[in-house]
Amino acid sequence: MTAIPDPARRAVFAVFRGPRVRKFMRHRLAMLGLVTIVLLTLACFAGPHFLPYDELYIDLRARFSPPLSGGHILGTDPLGRDIAARLFSAGQISLTVGFTAMVLSTLIGTAIGIVAGYFGGWTRTGLMRMVDAFLSFPSVFLMLTLAAFLKPSPAMITIIIAVTSWMEVARIVEAEVRGQAARDFTAAARMIGAPHWWIMGREILPNVMGPIIVAATLTVARAILLEAYISFLGYGIQPPLPSWGNMLNNAQQYLDSAPWLAIVPGVAITLAVTSFNFIGDGLRDALDARSVQ
Amino acid sequence: MTDPVLSVRDLRVRFRSGGRETQVVHGVDFDIRGGETLALVGESGSGKSVTSFALMRLLPEAPRCRISGSVRIGGVELLELSERRMAAIRGPRIAMIFQEPLTSLNPVHRVGDQIAEAIRFHRRMSRSAIRARVIELLSMVGIPDPARRMHAYPGEMSGGMRQRVVIAMALALEPDLLIADEPTTALDVTVQAQILELLKDIQRRTNMAMLFITHDFGVVAEIADRVMVMYAGRIVEGGELAEVLSSPRMPYTRGLLGSVPRFEDAGLRSGPLGTIEGFVPSPDALPQGCAFHPRCPHARPGLCDVDLPDLTAVDGTGHRVRCLRASEPLATENTEVPA
Amino acid sequence: MTTLIEASGLKQHYPVRQGLLGRQTASVRAVDGIDLRIRRGEVLGLVGESGSGKSTFGRTLMMMEQPTSGAVLYEGADLVGRSHKALHPYRRKMQMVFQDPFSSLNPRMTVEDSLTMPLRFHQPELTAAQRRDQAAETLERVGLPRSMISRYPHEFSGGQRQRIGIARALMVKPEFIVADEPVSALDVSVQAQVLNLFSSIRETLGLTILFVTHDLAVVGHIADRVAVMYLGRIMEIAPTRALFTAPAHPYTETLLSAAPQPAVGAKRQRIAMKGEPPSPLAPPSGCVFRTRCAHASPECAAARPPLRQRGPDHFSACIRDDLSLVPAVVEKQSL
Ligand SMILES: Nc1ncnc2c1ncn2[C@@H]1O[C@H](COP(=O)(O)OP(=O)(O)OP(=O)(O)O)[C@@H](O)[C@H]1O
Ligand SMILES: Nc1ncnc2c1ncn2[C@@H]1O[C@H](COP(=O)(O)OP(=O)(O)OP(=O)(O)O)[C@@H](O)[C@H]1O
Ligand code: SF4
Ligand SMILES: [Mg+2]
Ligand SMILES: [Mg+2]
Repeated sequence: MTAIPDPARRAVFAVFRGPRVRKFMRHRLAMLGLVTIVLLTLACFAGPHFLPYDELYIDLRARFSPPLSGGHILGTDPLGRDIAARLFSAGQISLTVGFTAMVLSTLIGTAIGIVAGYFGGWTRTGLMRMVDAFLSFPSVFLMLTLAAFLKPSPAMITIIIAVTSWMEVARIVEAEVRGQAARDFTAAARMIGAPHWWIMGREILPNVMGPIIVAATLTVARAILLEAYISFLGYGIQPPLPSWGNMLNNAQQYLDSAPWLAIVPGVAITLAVTSFNFIGDGLRDALDARSVQ
Repeated sequence: MTDPVLSVRDLRVRFRSGGRETQVVHGVDFDIRGGETLALVGESGSGKSVTSFALMRLLPEAPRCRISGSVRIGGVELLELSERRMAAIRGPRIAMIFQEPLTSLNPVHRVGDQIAEAIRFHRRMSRSAIRARVIELLSMVGIPDPARRMHAYPGEMSGGMRQRVVIAMALALEPDLLIADEPTTALDVTVQAQILELLKDIQRRTNMAMLFITHDFGVVAEIADRVMVMYAGRIVEGGELAEVLSSPRMPYTRGLLGSVPRFEDAGLRSGPLGTIEGFVPSPDALPQGCAFHPRCPHARPGLCDVDLPDLTAVDGTGHRVRCLRASEPLATENTEVPA
Repeated sequence: MTTLIEASGLKQHYPVRQGLLGRQTASVRAVDGIDLRIRRGEVLGLVGESGSGKSTFGRTLMMMEQPTSGAVLYEGADLVGRSHKALHPYRRKMQMVFQDPFSSLNPRMTVEDSLTMPLRFHQPELTAAQRRDQAAETLERVGLPRSMISRYPHEFSGGQRQRIGIARALMVKPEFIVADEPVSALDVSVQAQVLNLFSSIRETLGLTILFVTHDLAVVGHIADRVAVMYLGRIMEIAPTRALFTAPAHPYTETLLSAAPQPAVGAKRQRIAMKGEPPSPLAPPSGCVFRTRCAHASPECAAARPPLRQRGPDHFSACIRDDLSLVPAVVEKQSL
């Protein structure tokens, strides 16, 4: 855990200090989102232990059971598998993919943003052109193309999502860093002969932590949605492994006869995505430097 | 003696934020007569700008900010005017030049148009008359080739030229009173000297009254007829320029004057400068008694930390001092503040 | 006295790029050929108006930027063109104090972090406790209590922050400090405190200081010698007293006469500058001051006037020595 420099770690805590915490807690939607995410995560990771069926158990006699019948609280799917069990384990995968993709893309975006903002000049021009190029490339097509060629394991999907969603973070970080790099404390650090990596990591990074955290939260939402999207199109997580997206895919043919097949994962995705967005909004308000002196 | 152009009595300003009320101006009284320049001096946060904004009624609306007392200009009580009537006062009666000179001009409009706009707002005049007036104003503030320069954008002018344009704009409607809030703080000394000359010259010609706000005693000595020193929202000393500069009575004024390096001593290694220990108190935690007592080398326990001194006259020249020990000889002997 | 640091023919030109391809169309001659020796143990004041290149000169002398041409000699060794690594040993000898007390400290770092940071790079052998000790000691030296060491910058006033900025510069026990307008953002009474602090540390630590400011009274108080800069060049350099009592360059005369002084009745003769400031992109030929100079003659346009000796240790870059310029201070005749 020493990879994170000390002031940066302190900054993360400082970011959540006193008035900011109170401000965040007053943001109703953000608190609602936070509670929802905590409950959803708990349900996905602890829930399966309390259910009578596991997600791969096929019971052909119980096909298409509607919710609340025969011990299947959310009903069963066309193979008679318990939807609650599948929803939870799909959630484990979707949330993990979303979260990991967020970490990866935030790392990439932050690294590129800091380097571009700190060095400026041609470095900045080059890197930001690259960001523009990635942004102008339709990311869903890029993802589908990559997914078509690479073996779509959860790890691979995570990487693909990360590779196509770091640009926002990079832009935000670059703008923030440019402001910080122009300040005298950066010059003071250079004056004492601190190496560039040190100034970027120890002097500047802690000062741009707030916007990074906000961007990261919004990226989780985006990553969950992207995963659902490609899995729904059939290029993402492959059955029998469940994910919220491929559960929706399976549900397509039965929309009339068994609507719960679509409604259940749909609600889960919507809840997760809106919750993360609300949290992001709340954080943005709370971390806004101008709002707390 | 002529009636004062501006007469301020017991001006108080309170701000409310987050359920807490903070008073930043605590009963300020002064008059300014036509052709006279009154300087308001004080350190950062003493309430100089808030005082001037209160005169212009430019502070936030009622629950956030409360102003009480009386501000009369030519017999009109400004604090009771409706916002609409107040707008008609700003410009023809009082004009103001702000602390940030370079932001008071709109970068996307030509300077001539901005001055014309200020005139058109208050006067019905033909286009050609306005144009003539703009040229007249620009040449009055010393801008060469005004007929051409009126078409320039602010970005095409130097800082000093821009400040001249700002002054021209303030003078467009021949105000009775000009409030200048640190108009030269951001400028080079050579440009500052020119702007001060310009203001003095205009004043001689128009008999305008001027309230000049600054933290620089050097500038005060250049421009003022009378001086008021402000500390923590109160006037602590006031009087004729020569009186205050050459025989300051309030320990704060003395401390301030003692902390300014002098040309006469240049290069002589004349020892440390006088200083005032401590900091300006925050307006929501003013010390009891004389607000200056925690920093005052002459403060007497049991006196200065208990009673709030009044602003009292110390001689016949109108020199007034807010200090409990002003009448004691001791306070005048020790002109040196211990270093 | 020996020379500690020397600028020789130092130029810093910034390219102005325009158009799609970013072609260089002109250049700002921020520092345009400066020769200057700073002696060990002296405080050299550097004055001049905004944009005259004071900060750029300071930064270049500190090797924060590579100059366009010229040399920076530290005890005779040329620093220009050296790599980051090769400059490292000199970083410990030269430090900088900045103007803006609010941007010069990292808001996310405690005073301790800010102060101990230089030691990590220059004395890595020290333990954390030793570093902390040194930081606390330095903090006391600049007049702040040890107990404030774990506070964050926002808990300090402008003057206190400036003290912390000075403490940070002192941490590596430098020989030479560039102070770029260190008191310009401060209130008068606080300014006096910080100036006194500079005087006391330069005495006790034997520092050499380049003190950059636009305030002549401040420079008169603190400096042993003063250099006057205009449009990237040095117009005059003289012992402080001599500069105030017998200026030898018309620009110095103008600057001195324009500075307001808090004294009544002492209305000095004001020497106005003609015209408008020239663009730094196209400085006038010959003497750069000639377009504003009250004493300019046609010869002033001919060639760039070199610094010529005009008195003991007193140099001026004006071609005319027939002028009797108005001093800022008249020496009282001792009988
Ligand atoms: N809108 C406001 N709401 C609350 N407090 C305010 C407001 N405006 C000013 N103050 C407070 O009033 C006090 C006086 O401020 P003011 O701007 O008048 O100082 P000043 O003397 O003009 O200082 P400076 O020299 O820095 O301009 C300060 O403590 C400031 O924080
Ligand atoms: N990095 C840069 N790129 C381009 N031009 C610059 C750069 N730094 C300074 N300049 C220009 O160089 C000139 C000198 O600037 P400098 O900041 O050194 O002046 P200064 O004497 O310190 O002025 P001030 O009193 O305003 O601080 C100015 O015209 C400025 O615009
Ligand atoms: S050289 Fe000429 S223009 Fe320059 S300062 Fe001397 S007299 Fe003036
Ligand atoms: Mg103000
Ligand atoms: Mg500068």
